[in-house]
Amino acid sequence: MSDFNSVFIPLRNCQQYRLSEVPVTSSEALLEAMAEQCGNGGHRISAFFALEEPGVGHRLIAILADDRNGQLACGSCLLRKPSMKSISKICPQAQLFEREIAEQFGITVEGHPRLNPVRFHKAFSGTGVWASPDGKGMLPSVIPFKRVEGQDVHEVAVGPVHAGIIEPGHFRFQCHGERVFNLEISLGYQHRGIEKSLVGAPDWRSIHLVETAAGDSTVAHTTAYCQILEALAPARDVPGSGLAVRAVLLELERMANHAGDIGALANDVAFLPTSSYCGRIRGDFLNMTAMFCGNRFGRGAVVPGGASRSLDGKGIKKLEKYFTDSFNDLADAAGLLFASPSVTERFENCGVLPKDLAKAIGVVGPAARASGISRDIRKDFPTAEYIKSCIPIAQCDSGDVHARALVRWIEAENSADFILGHLGDLVDHVAAANVAEPKLQPDSLVISLVEGWRGEVCHVAVTGKDGRFRRYKIVDPSFHNWTALELVLKDELIYNFPLCNKSFNLSYCGFDL
Amino acid sequence: MADTRTMAFNLLPLLCGLILAPFMIGVVNRTKAFFAGRNGQPLFQLYFDIFKLLRKGAVISRSTTWVFRGAPAVSLASIVFALAIFSFSQEGAALSFPGDIILAVYMLALARFATVLSALDTGSSFEGMGASREVMLAPFAEAAFLILILAAAAASGSISAATMFSAAVPLPVRILMFVSLFIVLLVENCRVPADDPNTHLELTMIHEVMVLDNSGPDLGMIFYAASLKLWLFASLTVCCIMPAGLTGSVAGDIAMRVAGVFCVSVLVGVVESVMARFRFDKVRRMLLFASALSSLALLIALGATA
Repeated sequence: MSDFNSVFIPLRNCQQYRLSEVPVTSSEALLEAMAEQCGNGGHRISAFFALEEPGVGHRLIAILADDRNGQLACGSCLLRKPSMKSISKICPQAQLFEREIAEQFGITVEGHPRLNPVRFHKAFSGTGVWASPDGKGMLPSVIPFKRVEGQDVHEVAVGPVHAGIIEPGHFRFQCHGERVFNLEISLGYQHRGIEKSLVGAPDWRSIHLVETAAGDSTVAHTTAYCQILEALAPARDVPGSGLAVRAVLLELERMANHAGDIGALANDVAFLPTSSYCGRIRGDFLNMTAMFCGNRFGRGAVVPGGASRSLDGKGIKKLEKYFTDSFNDLADAAGLLFASPSVTERFENCGVLPKDLAKAIGVVGPAARASGISRDIRKDFPTAEYIKSCIPIAQCDSGDVHARALVRWIEAENSADFILGHLGDLVDHVAAANVAEPKLQPDSLVISLVEGWRGEVCHVAVTGKDGRFRRYKIVDPSFHNWTALELVLKDELIYNFPLCNKSFNLSYCGFDL
Repeated sequence: MADTRTMAFNLLPLLCGLILAPFMIGVVNRTKAFFAGRNGQPLFQLYFDIFKLLRKGAVISRSTTWVFRGAPAVSLASIVFALAIFSFSQEGAALSFPGDIILAVYMLALARFATVLSALDTGSSFEGMGASREVMLAPFAEAAFLILILAAAAASGSISAATMFSAAVPLPVRILMFVSLFIVLLVENCRVPADDPNTHLELTMIHEVMVLDNSGPDLGMIFYAASLKLWLFASLTVCCIMPAGLTGSVAGDIAMRVAGVFCVSVLVGVVESVMARFRFDKVRRMLLFASALSSLALLIALGATA
């Protein structure tokens, strides 16, 4: 049994630490401690990534979160040879992080049960684990998929081009009649190299890269990025109204997407009234976001040092009226959905994610809360506005589509109360000064967690001697949750796949980065 | 003179069906649009779509054979055939002979057979799944439909479609037939709660997924055949509660039944608007329920004639 405190140091959300404060241990000690803490220590992996140590090799940095005690922990190790042992077999939530490390830095992961590329790009440096002899990169989704063989077994391949207007991704089902034996999801089609582009940042482009990490979570990602800059340049004070604008925008983003999801779930079971009204209501909430910054997805609204704009007294009155009307419509539409037995019959016991499984794979966000895990950054690691006024957490036990739908609706209700309670704080706003290239603390590490509508948005920055990013790690909630979708489909009917998929509604571009 | 008149009245219901069937889909869509708070598409949209498709060329996959190319025509022809038997007035049908009802049922089965074969011919995993679902539901829907026809035959003492749905059938039998036939209509015509005609999700479709590869005139024929099939079932449903001779005049009867068909389309639209789609296994149970209603109708009919 390794000593937790010798491997990890406790961290706080959005606080700057000297990189030298993070203990450096042997890789065996770090990995063993991670597996142990995630197994029964109540921790989960928030981020696990590598960075280059010139002349030495690579450094692995692991950030664990203990939601119950509101404690973050950070540990690291040096790899002199590009090779590490896999802990995925005992700690399943590490599997995707390990594959990512292998892909980005060409570090071989020994003993990984299914070592496949994550995003099908070339390694950041060197040849990489999957480099072919002719030097060409890999083609997306050209991997040995798990296959089931025998009589009456059939394979269904869906995507990357889909029937609806959605993002590209490949889904491979192994079926026996209507029953799914196994589903494998292969993404990476939208890889844009955001993490690599942010090395050497910040500059005037950085915030725009972060804004588009996942277009529907713009406010969450941008807030996480700005909190990092603010922690690294502590001289800058963020005005209270700026924090209030950020929180209101974040909750508006949550409401817009939850409303859209409730409508989309209704659409997937062909429940007409809710599906047609929610599409419009989602647009209403997006329009309210546009009242702040002129963009329906909140681009340009959140900036380092606060928020770019706020509303005046008249604008707030208008927003309040618009918001109340739209929320009442949403309440009607959602009420109709949850009161219809034919809908409940479809939602219940469909796509069940048991609590144990959700814990083991480190699921976050509404999907985790629907499986009975009390896990919400706004409660566990609050920053800014959420320290002042805590927001109630929605939770369900059944872990099925119904629970995920219900959690979304209850969260929308809670967000509505929060927004209406904070409208008064938006006035007398001092716009943040636009500093394109702030001077940052050198040789530091900051972790910034924000509860986006899909779950924990995690950004980690490591700065070098020159005060620029040596490494910028983004973990979108979808990164944790895609595995959950694969697993709930086991023994589910293929007929129910679209419904299960929509109940998670994960991001492709947030995963692909 | 009287012969021409009779012939005209025998052909009129068939012509109504052939001309008005796409309009019926427009009524269903408008009803749904009303519940969704929308204006909805034009009532004549399906006519526009069919004409547009007929003018287009077709893209035919190289992996298919003549089965795929022939299937839309076969299925349209079979449904028109069945419609000719099932479109009747008081005086007879466009096509009528003792036992014609069995031929009509077989024609509907032939249309399904052609569609399923063409779906399998494409080799697509989606279409194969759709075909498998279609034939999984078919026996249940056909059972309900056949028992219902037996009930009508037993009660009316006729084995020809034109005289089977008559006022001689006792009212309770007709009401049971109406409900059972309406359920069969929903399933056979891929309406909610059995299937969702508007979904884009190929993994959940039943009927639509079998025609994913069809395009141009073939698709136009499929759309037209689908609307005719809906008309066929809707007019039979109407005949259950509006037997011949209700208004006293032949023309009046026909007019009333056409109006009745549009009432059924509104009813279909309302059902689609107020409920979600069933789980797949529950569709079979719904059809078993329809079979039970048909059997009950048969028992009552046998009891009444005994």
